[in-house]
Amino acid sequence: MDMQKPILELKNIKKEYYGNKVLKGVSLDIYPGEIHCLVGENGAGKSTLMNILFGMSVIHETGGFEGEFIIEGKPAVIKTPNDALENGIGMVHQEFMLIPGFTIAENIKLNREPLKNNALSRVFGKSMKSLDTEKMKSDAKESLMKLGMDIDEQTIVKGLPVGYMQFVEIAREIDKKGVKVLVFDEPTAVLTESEADKLLEAMKHLAAEGIGILFITHRLDEVMAVSKRITVIRDGNHIQTMNTCDTDVVKIAELMVGRKVEKIERKVNASSDEDIMEIKNLKVSMPGELVKGVSFSIKKGEILGIGGLAGQGKIGIANGIMGVYKARGEVTFEGKPIKLNDPQASMSAGLSFVSEDRRGVGLLLGMSIEENMVVPSIYNFKKYLKKFLIFTQKDTKAIRENALKYIDMLDIRCTGPTQPVMRLSGGNQQKVCIARALTLEPKIIFVSEPTRGIDIGAKKIVLETLIKLNEEYGMTVVITSSELAELRSVCDRIAIISEGKLSGILSAEASDSEFGLLMSGINKKGDE
Amino acid sequence: MEKNLTNNIKSFIVSNIVPILFLVISIIGIKYSGVALPVILMDVISRMDRNLFLVLSLLIPVLAGMGLNFGIVLGAMAGQIGLFVVTVLEIPGFIGLLVAIIIAIPVSILLGWLTALLLNRTKGQEMIAGMILGFFAMGIYQFIFLFFLGGVVKIDAPQGIMLSTGVGVRNTIDLVNVKYAFDNIFKVNVFIFIIVLGIIGIIYSGLKLAKNKDNAKKYRTNIILMLILIIIGIAGQTLPAFKMYKTLLQIPVFTFVLILLLCVFIKFLFKTKLGQNMRAVGHSMEIAEVSGINVDRTRTVATILSMVFAAIGQIIFLQNLGNISMYNAHENVAMFAAAALLIGGASISKATVTQAFIGTFLFHLLFNVSPMAGKNLFGDAAVGEYFRVFIAYGVIALTLALHAWKKVVAARQKVKEAELKEDQDNKEGATA
Repeated sequence: MDMQKPILELKNIKKEYYGNKVLKGVSLDIYPGEIHCLVGENGAGKSTLMNILFGMSVIHETGGFEGEFIIEGKPAVIKTPNDALENGIGMVHQEFMLIPGFTIAENIKLNREPLKNNALSRVFGKSMKSLDTEKMKSDAKESLMKLGMDIDEQTIVKGLPVGYMQFVEIAREIDKKGVKVLVFDEPTAVLTESEADKLLEAMKHLAAEGIGILFITHRLDEVMAVSKRITVIRDGNHIQTMNTCDTDVVKIAELMVGRKVEKIERKVNASSDEDIMEIKNLKVSMPGELVKGVSFSIKKGEILGIGGLAGQGKIGIANGIMGVYKARGEVTFEGKPIKLNDPQASMSAGLSFVSEDRRGVGLLLGMSIEENMVVPSIYNFKKYLKKFLIFTQKDTKAIRENALKYIDMLDIRCTGPTQPVMRLSGGNQQKVCIARALTLEPKIIFVSEPTRGIDIGAKKIVLETLIKLNEEYGMTVVITSSELAELRSVCDRIAIISEGKLSGILSAEASDSEFGLLMSGINKKGDE
Repeated sequence: MEKNLTNNIKSFIVSNIVPILFLVISIIGIKYSGVALPVILMDVISRMDRNLFLVLSLLIPVLAGMGLNFGIVLGAMAGQIGLFVVTVLEIPGFIGLLVAIIIAIPVSILLGWLTALLLNRTKGQEMIAGMILGFFAMGIYQFIFLFFLGGVVKIDAPQGIMLSTGVGVRNTIDLVNVKYAFDNIFKVNVFIFIIVLGIIGIIYSGLKLAKNKDNAKKYRTNIILMLILIIIGIAGQTLPAFKMYKTLLQIPVFTFVLILLLCVFIKFLFKTKLGQNMRAVGHSMEIAEVSGINVDRTRTVATILSMVFAAIGQIIFLQNLGNISMYNAHENVAMFAAAALLIGGASISKATVTQAFIGTFLFHLLFNVSPMAGKNLFGDAAVGEYFRVFIAYGVIALTLALHAWKKVVAARQKVKEAELKEDQDNKEGATA
């Protein structure tokens, strides 16, 4: 680290949202010319830290943060993204902030266009000044050259390869005068391998020019390849900052995941060796959760977990099998192929789904508990209906009986079966979703993010309910969750998805580093 | 090379299908109307003179991503208020129109600002919000002119303005004082106008060519086009075959200069910081916001500009018409201007000055010939009348549908490309 001063220091940063502590004392420092990696699971606090760094309004609207923020040895106050900019902090966004219909030069200079005077601007002020297109072009060219990009700056961005767009995005950041620290938030997630290599090269190049780089990624091999130092955070805690040369991938993975797992007691193990479902080369075009070809089988009577980091495709699997998003591939259930892209076919075959999007896809919020429970059965199986020649009527008696049965079985806290579901708490809404899925009398139930957005007490009840279904009714349960600890507490086996592909399947007892490595997608390459 | 040419022609036709279709229909209409071409053109020129300014007032909001601003009905009302005041005060001629414009501008700025407040709260639904706002404003407008004036405030108006009861303004007001006050300032025949335009064009392109070498090809083509224009002009001026055209086709120079000034202003605007902000907001409000552009303010300015130009446009329109129908004149302003723009090949997110010109020309050409053509073809002028109404609204509906359809196609294309890329990646992965 020589005798240089760090450009940016964050000391003992703490932040809570409405009493929920998300950062519990994280420190970070970046030196000029250094590539510093920040790693951690989803929910570890990375994005909160970034929001603090950029003075995003969410931070200051919720009471600010504790801790010191020092730039080049002087304390700094950063309350708006503009402050961050003026202090020389730049950010390369994960999603491109480029206007497709504009040229590269226009995008690089967006809202920072060089201007010149004309007759009208002298009367009406700055906003009527003309754009200095010549200077726009030459500035853009200069930034592109710095990155080693040889492309006409007059090209329209729309239609450029993704990798180029990423470079335009970076060119915009370095075009801002006086950039000292550049943050890359998961920049390689959308790139192909060769594009990612090029990007890492460019990062090294920029670091060599004296810019400090904070690199957020979950690809541990990239971390090892470019970084000088690594900071690991977990659950808002600063775990360790170390020199890259003193550590290895396994150690980082362990630090990233390491967490005590409370195993919920299982009375019986209902799982058998017989496969109930086989999935071959499944591809799902779910935006943000692309599945790029996974194959595995589900055993009859087991509780299977599907885990992985956000945006890696784990959510897409259940959605694809159930026909919610467009899918390709082969899925066989009890030896028979399932027609994809047809929710009704999936349900008829005995599959049932509790969506991660409880309020959007799952529930009809204005309707009563009992009606919510039977809606899919009515439409798909014509159950709970009485027929009068060509007309049908709801069978209110059967609907009521069904509702009472599940309210009792799942312990749904409500004033009665006619209460609208929007009045229920998150945990109880989730139970209504499960009841709805069970009303279809499925042989296998897919549950996505069952505990998202519900409190700790309710979490436990929901998980116990799933175990009960498995143990008492022998139902096969597939749980998709971002919380690895939760999966490890209830599942028999856990499949880890990384970059749209299956990284591997582990038993719940496997070690932290094994899970960490799979989540970073490292095992996959070792296999080939 | 030949294949390239056919491809070019094909893509030209596909991307300009709407104007081409209208040109074909209009030519058929001209043939069956049995009216001489110079007579038709005379009428079309007078209608373009009335209407172009209004059509151009729609351009800025389109480029700022707000779609067709049906709220210009309010701007038209502001223009009418200005003309009404001038008529009551009996200010004659050119000065009268200037005063009307000076009165209309602050009113339209206020109305534009209020409209923008609404449109900024209904992002994505600007068109329907603007349309409903127009109906709402109509109620208030009627209340003021039918009840408030004369009913609450006594005004001392000349004969023929107020209703006989003394409460409320008459439906039709004669604009004796200001009729043709802009149009009749100076008129030349169309050929001289063309020659002058050509000369200005050559000087402009020549200067540009001398100054910057980048777009040399573009300016050279421009000069050649202008030369052709001048030759046509000189031919028309001298050849006896065009004598009828020469006498009938008189261009009201002042009004057309106003229109050209607006075109130049719009072109200029989109080369300024403000214009660039508008374009950015038009392409993506989110990205503009993240880049620090004040989205709401930019949209407000776009709406106000559009409103002010609409007010002036309505004044130009009415001075040519010679009377105001107080409660109807503004009614169809937005709808017809929108139809004209769309016929020129514009969409609700992209429009140019040229499209506004072509569209207005074709729209009025069709409007002009269809009743006569209808009469000659079906024995009933009303059929042609139905036809042109059907066309005006049909083209709006069609363009909206096309716009939505293009979006769907683009989305589908994206998914396909993604799948293709993915397969390719897999292949590459397999070989590696």
